[in-house]
Amino acid sequence: MATIDIDAPGTSQLFIGNEAIARGALEAGVGFAAAYPGTPSSEILNSMASVARNMDIYAEWSINEKVAMEAAAGASFAGIRAMASMKQNGINVVSDFLSNLVMTGIGPAGLLLISCDDPSAISSTNEQDTRHIAKWLDIPLVEPGTFQEAKDMTKWLFELAEQLGTLCMLRSVTRIAHARGNVNLGELPRKQKKAYFDQCHDARNPFPTRYMPISSPIRHTFLHLKLARAKEQFESSPFNYYLGPEQPDLLIITCGSSWLYSQDAVKALKLEDKVGILKLGTLWPLPEKFIEKHLSKSHKILFVEEIDPFLEQSIMEFAASLPSTAPRPIFLGKRSNHIPAQGELNPDLVMKAITSILGVSYEARDAEYSKKAAELASTSVPTRSWTFCAGCPHRATFWSIKNATKLDGRNGVVTGDIGCYSMALGAAGFYQLRTVHCMGAGAGIASGLGKLAQFGFNQPVIAVVGDSTFYHATIPALINGIFNKSNYILVILDNSATAMTGFQPHPGTGVTAIGEQTQPISMEALCRSLGARVEICDPFDLKSTTNTLLNMMAEGGGAKVAIMRRECELVRGKKAKAPYKVHIDSEKCVGQACGCDRVCTRMFLCPGLIWDKEAGKSKIDEVVCNGCGFCADICPQGAIVKEAA
Amino acid sequence: MNIKPKQLSKDPLNLIITGVGGQGNVIIALIVGNALVRKGYLVTIGETYGLSQRGGPVMSHLRISADSQYSPFIPDGHAHIILGMEPVETLRMLSQYGNPDVITIFNPRPIYSIDVTSGSATYPKIEQARESIKSLSSKTWIVNATEEAQKMGNPIFANMILIGALLQTGVLPLDRESVETAIQEMFPKEVETNLAALNKGMELVAS
Repeated sequence: MATIDIDAPGTSQLFIGNEAIARGALEAGVGFAAAYPGTPSSEILNSMASVARNMDIYAEWSINEKVAMEAAAGASFAGIRAMASMKQNGINVVSDFLSNLVMTGIGPAGLLLISCDDPSAISSTNEQDTRHIAKWLDIPLVEPGTFQEAKDMTKWLFELAEQLGTLCMLRSVTRIAHARGNVNLGELPRKQKKAYFDQCHDARNPFPTRYMPISSPIRHTFLHLKLARAKEQFESSPFNYYLGPEQPDLLIITCGSSWLYSQDAVKALKLEDKVGILKLGTLWPLPEKFIEKHLSKSHKILFVEEIDPFLEQSIMEFAASLPSTAPRPIFLGKRSNHIPAQGELNPDLVMKAITSILGVSYEARDAEYSKKAAELASTSVPTRSWTFCAGCPHRATFWSIKNATKLDGRNGVVTGDIGCYSMALGAAGFYQLRTVHCMGAGAGIASGLGKLAQFGFNQPVIAVVGDSTFYHATIPALINGIFNKSNYILVILDNSATAMTGFQPHPGTGVTAIGEQTQPISMEALCRSLGARVEICDPFDLKSTTNTLLNMMAEGGGAKVAIMRRECELVRGKKAKAPYKVHIDSEKCVGQACGCDRVCTRMFLCPGLIWDKEAGKSKIDEVVCNGCGFCADICPQGAIVKEAA
Repeated sequence: MNIKPKQLSKDPLNLIITGVGGQGNVIIALIVGNALVRKGYLVTIGETYGLSQRGGPVMSHLRISADSQYSPFIPDGHAHIILGMEPVETLRMLSQYGNPDVITIFNPRPIYSIDVTSGSATYPKIEQARESIKSLSSKTWIVNATEEAQKMGNPIFANMILIGALLQTGVLPLDRESVETAIQEMFPKEVETNLAALNKGMELVAS
């Protein structure tokens, strides 16, 4: 498999959109890339970090998105092309810096913001559409509609950012970022520029090179001028084009992955001679003259885009400004309920919209077959809920939290955060989590709950956070809890990796994105230095973990910290063989009669433990079991046996 | 330089690879996809993953074309080939993407979901699942991939066995050489065992 630094111009490689973006940046001679992991954006920096040494670039996993963008801006100020990439939530974290950065302008080298949105919130807590921030910030915004464009646009965007002296934004969505397609490669430059922060007057910038947002109304005016120049370029951009008949019955206006869906839908319906597609790649500012030229093509216009009606509203607003003599087409899309206003799109949804507008019929497959398929699906296809992996230490931690809060008896409240452990909202973590919002919110909410004693509140409060999330956004909430004497326990699930997004290193791991050894930042030393009581537990030591949590709940007082330390099973499993061979002693297993209603297979729910209906006994699925041996401690009958492997 | 691909009788050719998180679904898609690009095709692969290592259903959609880059989603009812690593996941895909012409290759070894284990959902009897799959497919190959992989010492080889099976059926415009190269590129340190698994899969279909 080719890595993104393959030196083979002219060849076609199968890249995911994120790799294509990274390759485009390499072809543009990027020098500095920073990011915080977040699905669906992580592979941009993953792939850049893996080739950093060979390409003589710098890549880092920053502590959070705001610092990533700030660090990248520093590089731009010193003349090195730079970028920061993040998922949609990261845009919120960085927005304070961005709204000031656009006032000061970027440095002499291009600076890009890459945002990967997650329509349908497949790996997210929301499906925020980050295109809006480009309008808010007055910055140029582009969105690739193919994998090839993901590369080509990124490369070109560095040029544009430099010409205009402003931050430029590329927005992608899951089905471009994470889907894979052909990318034809260009040349790779090899020479890096020398970095230097020029403190003299810069001819391109009417202000001396001090990046300070003073005289902001004047700078705001300049920003609008830059945007007007961007618009001029967008009018003739090759990323905007029309495909279809001269006078279609229906004109689709689309961008991003919706362009692929629209194209699929028109082809599948064989309506190429009736439906035209106007594909936009430069979304803000709108290439108004280019759009105006096509608005008169059809009397019916359908907007197909994910997630919000960004083009729909912007283009309708523009159309309203046209002289009253201009043709007035009917605008259809989310506003008219032809396209869903939430969730991701697909070719079927676009086909549904087209067939309903044009009144044509479409049958995906033989009706008899459909009937049979639906019947079999309802009787023979069981649900498959997400759960923690076999051997995951999080399952063990939540088992102890469940037991400890039960033993404490005061209805302890557990707040949650962003990571694999968010699944503890459901059966995987015994429904322990009561809240999940954004990075670090669990500890902040706990910090408030922990101050309610004066209102008669006496429930213990536990905030659960992952190790990477702890460094990203939890430290201020912990300090708040200690400073304001809030009574809660911060449980840090330290599995030594940013597991959810693909095992990226973080400040506690002692290794950087490019594999350099670095001083690990000890979370226990940090928490102790704040004056917190800190306990370190092995979640696989069920008894001691439960007792520690019980003891901390009983203690009261200000915020304290329990660190649950055990390596992610997926990381451990790559390095070593299973520690135990686990089996069920079928003589000891009493099945449903055990009095706990089969605690192992009804409650604990490790996918390695299955229920043998015929025998009425539990069983180990040797294909799934990772041999962690923890379940041996949960069986009241001692029927689960672990033997050293 | 890029080579010109052979025209396909069905363009795009739509292949679904399905299974359970952790089975190595994505690896199959990558190897098959890379081998097809080597043959000059435009390939789009859409995958559901993210939380998929955590035991959820996984699917990869491959759209293969001689002349156009398709979207990463196969429209409902438009699959030509389904390669299933797990029986009920195969059935799940057939129910949404199948049609009277679909060809199905699947591994009959069940992976029970926690819903089945806890009793909140029911897993069909394996014979019933087989029959259901057959009744929704024009042609079916049953490949005991997990069983054979366990004999080789690790159930993870099931995915390589299934690639071998897929190759041997001849439903894709692929030859052994291009698949072998893709495997060598992806697993340069474990070429031998992976190729042995590939051979096993080819044998299972050939016999």
